[in-house]
Amino acid sequence: MTANQNADQRAAMDDIYAEAEHWHVNTGGETIHAKRIPGKWRRIKWIASSVWLIFFLGPYLSWNGRQAVLFDIPNRQYHLFGATVLPQDFWMLSLLLLFFAILLAVATALVGRVYCGYFCFQTVWTDVFTWIEEKLEGSPQQRRKLDQAPLGRRIGVRSVKHGIWLLIGFLTGFSFVAWFYGAGPLWRDFFVGNANGAAYGAVALFMVGTYVLAGWLREQTCFWLCPYARIQGVMLDKTTVVPTYDVARGEPRGRMKKGETEDNRSTGDCVDCNQCVAVCPTGVDIRQGQQEGCITCGLCIDACDAVMDKVGRPRGLVRYASLDELEGKPVKPLLLRARVWVYTAILTVALAGILYGFTTLSAIELKVLHERAPLFVLLSDGSIQNKYTLKMLNKSNDDLQVTISAESPAPITLVGADEPFQVKHGEVSPAIVFVKIARKDLPSETVPVIFHAKAVLPDGRDISTERESAFFGPRR
Amino acid sequence: MAENNPFPGENNTGHFWDDNLRELKNPPPRWWMIAFWVSIGWVVLYSILYPTWPLPYQPEQGDGYTKGILGWTSIKEYEKGMEQVRAVRAQYDEQIAQLTPAQILEDPGLTQYTLASSKVLFGDYCAGCHGSGGQGNPGYPVLADDDWLYGGSLAKIQESVTNGRKGAMTAHQSILTPEEIDTLATLTVELAEGGKGSDEAWALYNAKGCNACHGTTGNGVLAELPDGTIVSVGAANLTDSIWRFEPGGYESAKHTITYGVNQPGVEQTRDAVMPAFAQVGQLEGKLSPDQIKMLTVYVHQLGGGK
Repeated sequence: MTANQNADQRAAMDDIYAEAEHWHVNTGGETIHAKRIPGKWRRIKWIASSVWLIFFLGPYLSWNGRQAVLFDIPNRQYHLFGATVLPQDFWMLSLLLLFFAILLAVATALVGRVYCGYFCFQTVWTDVFTWIEEKLEGSPQQRRKLDQAPLGRRIGVRSVKHGIWLLIGFLTGFSFVAWFYGAGPLWRDFFVGNANGAAYGAVALFMVGTYVLAGWLREQTCFWLCPYARIQGVMLDKTTVVPTYDVARGEPRGRMKKGETEDNRSTGDCVDCNQCVAVCPTGVDIRQGQQEGCITCGLCIDACDAVMDKVGRPRGLVRYASLDELEGKPVKPLLLRARVWVYTAILTVALAGILYGFTTLSAIELKVLHERAPLFVLLSDGSIQNKYTLKMLNKSNDDLQVTISAESPAPITLVGADEPFQVKHGEVSPAIVFVKIARKDLPSETVPVIFHAKAVLPDGRDISTERESAFFGPRR
Repeated sequence: MAENNPFPGENNTGHFWDDNLRELKNPPPRWWMIAFWVSIGWVVLYSILYPTWPLPYQPEQGDGYTKGILGWTSIKEYEKGMEQVRAVRAQYDEQIAQLTPAQILEDPGLTQYTLASSKVLFGDYCAGCHGSGGQGNPGYPVLADDDWLYGGSLAKIQESVTNGRKGAMTAHQSILTPEEIDTLATLTVELAEGGKGSDEAWALYNAKGCNACHGTTGNGVLAELPDGTIVSVGAANLTDSIWRFEPGGYESAKHTITYGVNQPGVEQTRDAVMPAFAQVGQLEGKLSPDQIKMLTVYVHQLGGGK
């Protein structure tokens, strides 16, 4: 090995060491106490967060005398306003999940982790928790001081804070359970010990989960627990708009010096005030570029804009921008990006499927099971008989009298369906019927048979459904 | 070792190899250690409460493991579950005990229960010969059709299951000439295909006493009582297209006429025996009256009950 090579290697290693020192990895060793400052994105964040009020207030909405949205698991009925969805309709749920998964993907491709920054429950709850912390314990500096203070001094104010956190955790669990249990019954049963174990378990789980995740783990959840934070890297591209530090404008950064005028300064626009770092809820430095800790909440933009206003430089040193824009490349219009079209197509298909499902939700459903042993029976008059088990599902809210009829290209006789069948609401009733075809009338080994189920709702509306089955005869 | 530690303040264990290769102390996070000890505590607690550790074989207990102080066993849990099932079934079973098969059929709920629960009975006691869906087997009648040897009313089906049935037909090999057997076998084939049969054949049919069992018109019916009950001895209906013995047709009929049914000492005679299923005393493997009632409903609903 020559001395030259040796020096090269050393230089390469020095670079790596320098980089390692430069990259601070947040492993939760130190609590992040982010500064809160007002601004445009702060306002938007509150407005976006308020979407979660639906989570707390939704269970109290009623529709036609029933909780508007109620996921009644014990009875396996899912009420969505006027519609009742039974487990049989759950293929729609997969489309709904697809819809939201793709929505997440399209949102990320266009504007980065906008979900993380504005809507994610982890972000929103942590935001509320730290807001309470600030109201009780003061500014970040005061809180850092309090962290070092002896236990006796902090126990009072801290226990109030933890109490409020736990209360919010409890309300979170309680509201969650209300979607499944019904808000009215839950208020009636919960505090006197009459709710079931699952309800208490779920509330306890949510209470502890909310308290630990939003109170203690905070940004550590985004760094080390959340899979979505890991996937985002492949969803972003150069056209994705994310909070970005304008390196060309900012560098070389430097503190403002006395006596230096705007005209003859040697530094870029960045005054190295570190405000963007101070306000960041995950403690990252946006000036190091897009990174795993950034939840794209835009609070650093507010901070930087405020400072720029103070020093009289134009806003937007940190702003929502794409990599293309920053590198001075032409920005592709939204509608020319393939991703937009592909994602939109999937979204449309999923949405169309859900709409189709809801519009074709029939109040009754019919399944026809053809008897297989025996497939057919030769009767003494020489005709062939097939046996069918009908499963009639009544999804309406009333007990129904379901009339069954059958049609087929061959002349058939339906046996056992002279009287309508009583089907209780929300239940499946089985019934056995027979179809007879004279052997001479049987054109082939199998003949299609279509069964119709008809019923009349109490308000006089006719509802019907049909199901095709087959009639089997002897091999000819 | 610690006094000549070349890397002081590094929190290493003091174990060095090759100058600078050393073991550091990087304890797992506290939460991890807490979870670890809680898990161990859980194992201890669990093994006190539930059966856990294998032991050498204990002859007086017939097994070998720690039993746990809660006394939990999977058999006990199973029996608790069975008790719940029995409690649900009891309300139906009590009603069924008071009712006749016809009354059961009047109640759709009870009928559903009966059909669902006697599917198991049918599988255990009947399907071996008659097939899982009553589709029959060679030599064993189809129960899903409307052709009944002993009657397809609820009462007759109940009677058949309770007492069993044994068919009987004389072996005609020594009574009839081959020509006469041919004439009668041809008659049954003609009747099965919807024909009328020749006068000579009918004369022979009546002269040889076939009508005593198969009836004057060959349909197996000897008389019909005013209340609609059909009197028969279990002889096959010769006028429909269903054959009692597989595969049916001329050769089948000839065989049955020649060797008869259930004839002792006749080697190729047809077997046609159904055992009685009624419980007599404490005999195992038989059916209680209520079970027979439920099976009666089940068989009646297979497709051809009258």
